[in-house]
Amino acid sequence: MKARIYVFLKPKVLDPQGKAIEKALSTLGFEEVKSVRAGKFFEVETGDVPPGKEEETLREYCRKLLVNAVIEDYRIEVIEK
Amino acid sequence: MRVTVVQFLGSNCDHDVIQWSKDIFRMPTEVVWYTESDLRKPDLVLLPGGFSYGDYLRPGAMASRTPAIESVIDFAKSGGLVLGICNGFQILCECGLLPGALLRNSSLHFICRDLYLKAGNKKTPFTNKIPDGKLLRVPIAHGDGNYFCDEETAKALESEGRVAFRYVSPEGKIDPEWNPNGSMSGIAGILSEKKNVLGMMPHPERASDKALGCEDGRLIFESVISHLES
Repeated sequence: MKARIYVFLKPKVLDPQGKAIEKALSTLGFEEVKSVRAGKFFEVETGDVPPGKEEETLREYCRKLLVNAVIEDYRIEVIEK
Repeated sequence: MRVTVVQFLGSNCDHDVIQWSKDIFRMPTEVVWYTESDLRKPDLVLLPGGFSYGDYLRPGAMASRTPAIESVIDFAKSGGLVLGICNGFQILCECGLLPGALLRNSSLHFICRDLYLKAGNKKTPFTNKIPDGKLLRVPIAHGDGNYFCDEETAKALESEGRVAFRYVSPEGKIDPEWNPNGSMSGIAGILSEKKNVLGMMPHPERASDKALGCEDGRLIFESVISHLES
């Protein structure tokens, strides 16, 4: 399976990194920029996963390691089964 | 009192806490590598500061999923005393022994300086020797020490006396100017529900020897000794 996992800070969590990037964009003259939030992106490739269990498997990766549920949310995309 | 220090790839304050325990307090001190499960029957486990796994993914995330930490979780659940300092605090939050998380400092800067700490509860295994009105001058050295938790957890920490330390001004007042990293309510350290696990960002082991200019950090180690003796 090939998949993509997007991890982002929950809306209530302050993101000083995103704020700094937002300011840098404004400084470059992109005055239309209102907000930037920084996140993480993982490309995952695996061996065989039981058919129909792809999403469940990826959620397990997130729950066990990739995501800290106290501060982060995530979204998964299966690209190739 | 038997002390075990857990070493991870990227720990860099491991020898500071070994010296704290072994040389300053003359306690039998074992060093356990992160791949080991046997903690060698400690009374106190110390999780040192540093940058385990280079802070990859999230500070403390990978270290918190190692065999040594699985044993630390069992040890803590059976009432054992655990003190995590700096990266050790991050590991304790990541492994679920303490609630909340440590985010990037609000200034985005790595900060290394002495600060003043006020104990929030002096009836704990880690704070019982701190005299009334005493502030501890202890250094911090971190880039990710901005404590965050949800509102419900924050209320529980306050009402259950689980805020071990707060950053305060030299006069002992809560003051945003003396909060180095944006931590909610100036939190510098918190305790588990049973108060046998303490996580703190400041480094008491670096303030426990006259040669280092301050000995306030000794009070934390002395509290643990006194707790185990009583």
